[in-house]
Amino acid sequence: MTGTIAHNALLVSVVVVALGVILTPVAIRTERREWLQLVYGAIYTNFLLVTIATFSMVYALVTHDFSISYVANVGSRSTPLLFTIISLWGALEGSILFWGWVLAMYSAAVVWLHHRRPGNLVPYAAMTLLAVSAFFGILLVGPADPFLPVFPVPADGPGPNTLLQNHYLMAVHPPLLYLGYVGMSVPFAFAIGAILSNEATSNEWAVLSRRWMLASWGFLSAAIIAGMWWSYEVLGWGGYWAWDPVENASFLPWLTATAYLHSVMVQERRNMLRLWTLNLCVATFVLTILGTFLTRSGILSSVHAFTTGAIGYYFLGFIALVLAATLVLVAGHSDRIRTHGSLGGAASRETVFLLNNLFLTAVMLTVLVGTLYPLIAEAIRGVKVSVGEPFFNMMAIPAMVALLFLMGVGPALPWGSTTWEDTRRRLVPPSIGALVMGVIGVVSGARGVYAILAFAFVGFAAVGNLREYWIGMRARRNAHGESWPVAFVRLMRGNRRRYGGYVAHIGVLFVALGVTASATFRTEREATITPGQTLTVSGRTVRLKGVWGREEPQRSVIGATLEVIDANGRVSGILEPRMNYYRVSDQPVPTPDVRSSIKGDLYANLMAFDPNGANATVKLIVEPLVPWIWFGGLIVVIGAVIGMFHGRRREPVAVPSRAPVVSAPPIPRASEPEVVTASS
Amino acid sequence: MKKKWIISGLVAIVAIFAWLLFGGLQKNVVFFLTPKELLAKGAEGDGVPVRLGGQVKPGSTKWDANTLDLRFTVTDGSGDIPVKSTGAPPQMFRDGMGVVVEGKYQHGLFQATNLMVKHSNEYRAPKPGEEAHEKYKTLIQQSSK
Repeated sequence: MTGTIAHNALLVSVVVVALGVILTPVAIRTERREWLQLVYGAIYTNFLLVTIATFSMVYALVTHDFSISYVANVGSRSTPLLFTIISLWGALEGSILFWGWVLAMYSAAVVWLHHRRPGNLVPYAAMTLLAVSAFFGILLVGPADPFLPVFPVPADGPGPNTLLQNHYLMAVHPPLLYLGYVGMSVPFAFAIGAILSNEATSNEWAVLSRRWMLASWGFLSAAIIAGMWWSYEVLGWGGYWAWDPVENASFLPWLTATAYLHSVMVQERRNMLRLWTLNLCVATFVLTILGTFLTRSGILSSVHAFTTGAIGYYFLGFIALVLAATLVLVAGHSDRIRTHGSLGGAASRETVFLLNNLFLTAVMLTVLVGTLYPLIAEAIRGVKVSVGEPFFNMMAIPAMVALLFLMGVGPALPWGSTTWEDTRRRLVPPSIGALVMGVIGVVSGARGVYAILAFAFVGFAAVGNLREYWIGMRARRNAHGESWPVAFVRLMRGNRRRYGGYVAHIGVLFVALGVTASATFRTEREATITPGQTLTVSGRTVRLKGVWGREEPQRSVIGATLEVIDANGRVSGILEPRMNYYRVSDQPVPTPDVRSSIKGDLYANLMAFDPNGANATVKLIVEPLVPWIWFGGLIVVIGAVIGMFHGRRREPVAVPSRAPVVSAPPIPRASEPEVVTASS
Repeated sequence: MKKKWIISGLVAIVAIFAWLLFGGLQKNVVFFLTPKELLAKGAEGDGVPVRLGGQVKPGSTKWDANTLDLRFTVTDGSGDIPVKSTGAPPQMFRDGMGVVVEGKYQHGLFQATNLMVKHSNEYRAPKPGEEAHEKYKTLIQQSSK
């Protein structure tokens, strides 16, 4: 019953969406703008129908309705409720349904917020979103139909993939990823809308699409960090990034989206790079579809790849279609889209943005080539190869270290042009930061060139970005006599985009520092110990108290209790790494235990144990500054949120007692950062 | 004139980048081979990093919990290669299962740097008697007291 309703809802939604796509150009060409209301109606109806289907699925999962194929595949009566609900995105069909739902939600939000805007930009953007919805709708009634009837109805199911029901982060990482991934359809839709409506020559579409991109970028950033955290907390190898194809799939659109967020500023400010910015929108969207293809088509063997089947061809076809359509559109309009602004001086903020885009693109291409090469080699030459981590590290790390450096240079330089003398003067304070952090790195034991440079450039960029707050706050204090906290808040409010961006920079620096430190100074040891024996790594000692077992409804758990011994020989804490044996699988899933402090993590994983509890083989890892990565991710998201909720480019409503802003020249104005820095 | 310089500069950057990229790729591609294919390479396959894929030969696994020395044989039915690895075997490691080991083959022994168990999505329920609550009964009973 539920299955039939949901399946029919999806069928109707495909028809509605297709009608909407056809109706848009007709309405615009024949100048029947009232018909556009029908197109918007199609978007809302689609949202309603896919919502019905999605909630039907959740209902079917919760009520263990095994007459529905998806529930029969991933449901189980012994799975806890939380993991039952989130198994909505635990396998192929459900995750495509979730994709479609998030897309329908974004589409409805776009129309809701922008439908009053005159011109054809929003109608064509709506059409583009409907076309993407149509693709996912076709998947849902065709090769990825989650609502197939099952007969005879099984009494119970196997439950979700055991790796995916082992940690609460599975409730966090996938929704964030989808919100990020799917959200990038919106800037793409605006890009296509801008070309079709001939509005690509103005910067207005970029203003609209930028906010959506920033929101999606924030979600994707959070999703990548949450994915790293999940990998760290569940897989038991004590790492968070391995250049695995599925990690790369999430990283690729992040790189182009980051490039876009920078190049769009050059477009607005200097009237340059319009064609490039537009292409970044398209590239980001295509990379999200490519990522979905890589992770969902079963072409890779991983926890994300659920099945092999025809669905891969649908994705390849869709990617080819999107690329061909955009190529034709962009090529046909490129003369009009192309901008003729020019660079200011070589030493200017826009030069730094150009370099930023160059390096981000280089990293993207590196990761793309490294990820796709094995697939291409197998398809063409019939050989099975893998591209090792050294390739990614060798190619991407230098570029990322250079990006850290640029992150410190950019904020310090003004738009337009400045003299080399001035540039040198502006870069003195960041250089001091670089020296301090570089020395700290070397003293701590870093020897690799890139590790030392990474430490130094983190210091460089930290000073470069923090100094912008300092300069702005000091200017406000001098002009208005504001206290430091008031000056800080008003400075941020005055130009949320700019200072939100710097907050995101600081977050990235925390991540960079955590990654550099944990990669450089990680130490580990593995040993078999009996109760009472100790294991020491880098001065951290644990003592095995015992091995134990426990029965839970869906699994048996074997754990080791380790006492953390401090320098005085006292027990300062407990670590309990566990091994989980799910009823449905002969492959156990580990749960490492991590003790975090501001200095870093003590990470323990149970590798093996004696069935009678006589000993346990434990891997103990000391990883400095890992929590800084998670904390940095939070700061990045806060930065994105600040940047997103900016008003128009104006000062906040002035408090009556305050002097009018315009009469105070040294106040950092949103539109003239040069004024601020020049006055310092 | 200025435009010409910019374009040739960009072309040069792209060319250097492509050269670095494909040079790096050539050096870091790791071939995935079965024991038969690795043996067929003879001396050519000696000391080269590869990924070796196959099944764990039943009865070949030896693990010393104290030295963490793990030895087993990877087979594809027509070729056998002995593997030496360090560390505890993955918990799901057992006879006949699919494994991928990364490392180098030298003097008749494959030195593994990384051992991956093929995680099939079509997972099976454990056989009767193999279930954890049976296998580790004593441990669970001791702890519940």
